[in-house]
Amino acid sequence: MTVSSDPALAASWSRATAAAGANRRRRNLQVYHHAVLIFGVALMMAPLLVAFASSTYDPIVIHSEGLQLGYGGEFASTYGAVLFDRGGFTGDITGVRMLWNSVILGLGFAVGKIVISMLAAYAIVYFRFPFGTVAFWIIFSTLLLPLEVRILPSYEVVQSMGMLNSWTGLILPLIASATATFYFRQFFKSVPDELLEAARIDGAGPVRFFLDILVPLSKTMMAAIFIIMFVVGWNQYLWPALMTTDESLFTIVRGIRQILQVWIGANIPEYNKALAMAILAMVPPALIVLIFQRAFVKGLVETEK
Amino acid sequence: MKKALFGPSLTPYLLLAPQMAIVAIFFLWPSAEAVRSSFHIEDPFFGTATFVGTDNYVDAVTSSTYGRAARFTALFTVVVSVVSLGIALALAVSADAVLRGRATYKTTLMWVYAIAPPVAGLIGSMLFDQHIGPLKEFAALFGWDMRVGFDYADTAIAMMTVAAWKQIPVNFIFFLSGLQGIPNALKEAASIDCRSPVRRFWTVVFPLLAPTSFFLLIINITYALFETFGVVDVMLKGEPGNNPVTLVYKVFLDGFRGQDLGGSSAQSVILMVAVFLLTVIQFRLIERRVHYA
Repeated sequence: MTVSSDPALAASWSRATAAAGANRRRRNLQVYHHAVLIFGVALMMAPLLVAFASSTYDPIVIHSEGLQLGYGGEFASTYGAVLFDRGGFTGDITGVRMLWNSVILGLGFAVGKIVISMLAAYAIVYFRFPFGTVAFWIIFSTLLLPLEVRILPSYEVVQSMGMLNSWTGLILPLIASATATFYFRQFFKSVPDELLEAARIDGAGPVRFFLDILVPLSKTMMAAIFIIMFVVGWNQYLWPALMTTDESLFTIVRGIRQILQVWIGANIPEYNKALAMAILAMVPPALIVLIFQRAFVKGLVETEK
Repeated sequence: MKKALFGPSLTPYLLLAPQMAIVAIFFLWPSAEAVRSSFHIEDPFFGTATFVGTDNYVDAVTSSTYGRAARFTALFTVVVSVVSLGIALALAVSADAVLRGRATYKTTLMWVYAIAPPVAGLIGSMLFDQHIGPLKEFAALFGWDMRVGFDYADTAIAMMTVAAWKQIPVNFIFFLSGLQGIPNALKEAASIDCRSPVRRFWTVVFPLLAPTSFFLLIINITYALFETFGVVDVMLKGEPGNNPVTLVYKVFLDGFRGQDLGGSSAQSVILMVAVFLLTVIQFRLIERRVHYA
């Protein structure tokens, strides 16, 4: 008996080969997808691996043989030096201090932005008052111009107020953009009206309603915004570079700029220390993104809308 | 609009006060100042300002360095956006389709978002370094003598590479969330109607991603124009010399190094107009996106 002699068998045979073909195609497609992703992972990670590996080598080795992929054995001494040695022109700024300053900037920026924008969004959404619409449009206008395009006049304003080299002068101008206000405004608008009606029947005033109902409802939103804003604040570069000439206020990202100055003059630049500093500058925000991944993705996708 | 509202009282003014104060002092005032000084020439020694009409604008736009920076910025923006969006889209499509290890791939590909542009610039400038850079050696294999920091085109390529690399995670996250928003029923229907996964992608999936793509394009243009400052500054090691600079970097150079307040302000105002137009387009797109979402 041959396969082709029985029509029913032949049909099931061709169905089977078709299914096998589809399976094979699906498998090949999966192989393709994995290949693309592995290429992507290599593309994103390789530079960072090279940076980390090289930071553990002696600068003389790097200078003569190029960047390294391996372990150079100098991890503890290099990172110890970057973290604890006093450096800079004044001779008293350490890596730990710069990291701490970055934490202050990140926290100050994120918390300041959340508090100020929640209050403003609450006023705009929940109150009927003549100035409301005007206020909304004024705040709206800040979305149009990033700090970079008005950097020089902003510097002059801060200078004329005597706020150079101060945390206030560093953080407040960065908060001036109203992205978070818009985000909370959208969110508050989606909160059901019944909640406010119920709260009013129970005799709650604006303050009680905000603190006891709106803030607890906003918790996930606040977390998401906080993570994005912390990373954005931590990564600020241009404004701190202009604003802070006093080294005790240097953040770690601002410190990167200082490294370059040393780099240009040196015979054998301290590649290892520069890379160690780069690694130290990226680890805290990276950890935050990794640990709070869900809130991070939510925050990013929602706030950028 | 909310039906239930609190009536007029002092409370909303108090709630708005902090935000309005910050906006007025650190946004409105400097912006107005930029516009004002763009029509003046200031004397740095005597602190006097002379009204010169649109001279600063004319000088800025007609100068050859401005033209060069503007052309470079345009090319930089297009290359960075296209390269970064293209790679991110390919990665997102695969991350959406892959059956195993999706979460691991996703995490690994997105955390680079956390790296500051100047940090990326520092690592990039080492990778392209004359003496120690593996990418320079790699280019040398093909007989390409890359001289980043000395050769205009080579420096431009290195800066574009780093800037595009840094932006891949953001684009990846948005594309992936866009892909995951496409209903499964739609994907299954498409896979019955069309066997070729490539055709399916271009005829079904890609059009559905169009709103995400347009929106990302705006985000990428804004990124390439402004947020790459750190990449440019670090890769030029603060010494631009004859190397390519973006327009935002030039505003900074002319204002802070060149002490040309008027010229720098005029360039600021030109950029403000550009951003304003971009933002208007962006809001239009979002309005449209809301309608069919």
